[in-house]
Amino acid sequence: MIAEVAVLALGLLVAVVRNLPGPALFPFRALATIYTDVFRGVPTLLLIFLFGFGIPALGLNRPWNKAIIWATVAIILNYGAYVAEVFRSGIRSVHPSQMAAARSLGLSQWQSFRFVIIPQAVRRVIPPLLNDFVALQKDTALVAAVGPIEALREAQTATAKHFNFTPYVVAAVLFLALTIPLARLTDWLTARQEAARQ
Amino acid sequence: MIELRGVTKAFGTNAVLRGIDLRVDTHEVVALIGPSGSGKSTILKCINGLERVDGGQVVVDGIDLSQPGADLDRARRRVGIVFQSFNLFPHLCVLDNVTLAPRRVLGRGRAEAEKAASELLDRFGLSDKADDYPDRLSGGQQQRVAIVRALAMAPAVMLFDEVTSALDPELVGDVLEVIRELAVAGMTMLLATHEMGFAREIANRVCFLDGGLVVEEGPPEQMFTAPAQPRTQAFLQRVLAARRL
Ligand SMILES: Nc1ncnc2c1ncn2[C@@H]1O[C@H](COP(=O)(O)OP(=O)(O)OP(=O)(O)O)[C@@H](O)[C@H]1O
Ligand SMILES: [Mg+2]
Repeated sequence: MIAEVAVLALGLLVAVVRNLPGPALFPFRALATIYTDVFRGVPTLLLIFLFGFGIPALGLNRPWNKAIIWATVAIILNYGAYVAEVFRSGIRSVHPSQMAAARSLGLSQWQSFRFVIIPQAVRRVIPPLLNDFVALQKDTALVAAVGPIEALREAQTATAKHFNFTPYVVAAVLFLALTIPLARLTDWLTARQEAARQ
Repeated sequence: MIELRGVTKAFGTNAVLRGIDLRVDTHEVVALIGPSGSGKSTILKCINGLERVDGGQVVVDGIDLSQPGADLDRARRRVGIVFQSFNLFPHLCVLDNVTLAPRRVLGRGRAEAEKAASELLDRFGLSDKADDYPDRLSGGQQQRVAIVRALAMAPAVMLFDEVTSALDPELVGDVLEVIRELAVAGMTMLLATHEMGFAREIANRVCFLDGGLVVEEGPPEQMFTAPAQPRTQAFLQRVLAARRL
């Protein structure tokens, strides 16, 4: 439940950031884009292993060395990226004339998003969001699996304490090499379609 | 109230405005006429900062919008604009459409904003629609709500961009009646319109726009009965011929 609220908040924030205009905000947009690309591109299970076993192995203090906490963080970041994309397409589906009408009444960019664009976008994306949450419920089972695996590993030799990042990171990078070009291609196709529509 | 000096604006290679000079004084009603694509909408959008100009000056109520650091939000509060396509907020009821900007931009309390909105809706025969959502209203009603929404910000000047073009003929009259009433009340207005009869009736001055320039301007009687420029004559003849069909 907490995870769902966190996922919604994170997704909405990232989606809004990606839709902010103006060259001054480019770094934020870029950051938000990198975030969605990375966390959508790596499989959920891989992220859970990387975070759940990797981060506690960095030698954090209790209770922050618990695998389950970091596995939950991983799943929030993962679904946050999916939900951000859903929100983003919702925001784009609101016709630009709504923004023009809001701005012409004197509302600032932020107020226009807050009171005019986002409420309409959210209404439109509720069905696909529910879809994502069904998947999220299923994937939380993966987080639960982290507990027993952790216990098993602790029962093994002392070397188990030293988490070897390399294979996981390599796998993640391989996945990203496949998915990021795909994400960029999708954006490009969407932009072209929008340009053609005008 | 509004002054444009040598305003230029291009979209890519399409030079839409090529040096527009235009004044609208307080309490004046000015009609912008001209062929489709002559830049009427673009001029209105430049006046409330929805489009930035490339060159020249746009001064609205003492604020020069063409300056890089111009306070566009402040200027927009002084200028109300109504579009051809209404652009009401579909997720808000009529009353909330009208009170949104007064509450969020001017910081009015809910009760105060709703009282003022109700009075305006009443004045324009819309009081029974306050709780309806825009999709329940006819086009004419939606357009009148859009006008009320702009008026709720107590603008110093109103811009109208072909506000009757998207309406069924029998609904046009109601909307024109609202504009007529505003003119009587002394509202400063600039309207882009294809309704030549209405322009002639309501405007103090008519500006004919073609090829990115104000080709001719003058009092309506003179513009419609004895235009001096051949291009104005040709345009009005075309409009009259189309009317007869
Ligand atoms: N956002 C835009 N991007 C590119 N070109 C534009 C844009 N807005 C307007 N134009 C072009 O500018 C020119 C003038 O358009 P504008 O809408 O101001 O004309 P108009 O006089 O209002 O016409 P109409 O009577 O059909 O409403 C047209 O050629 C149009 O294609
Ligand atoms: Mg137009």
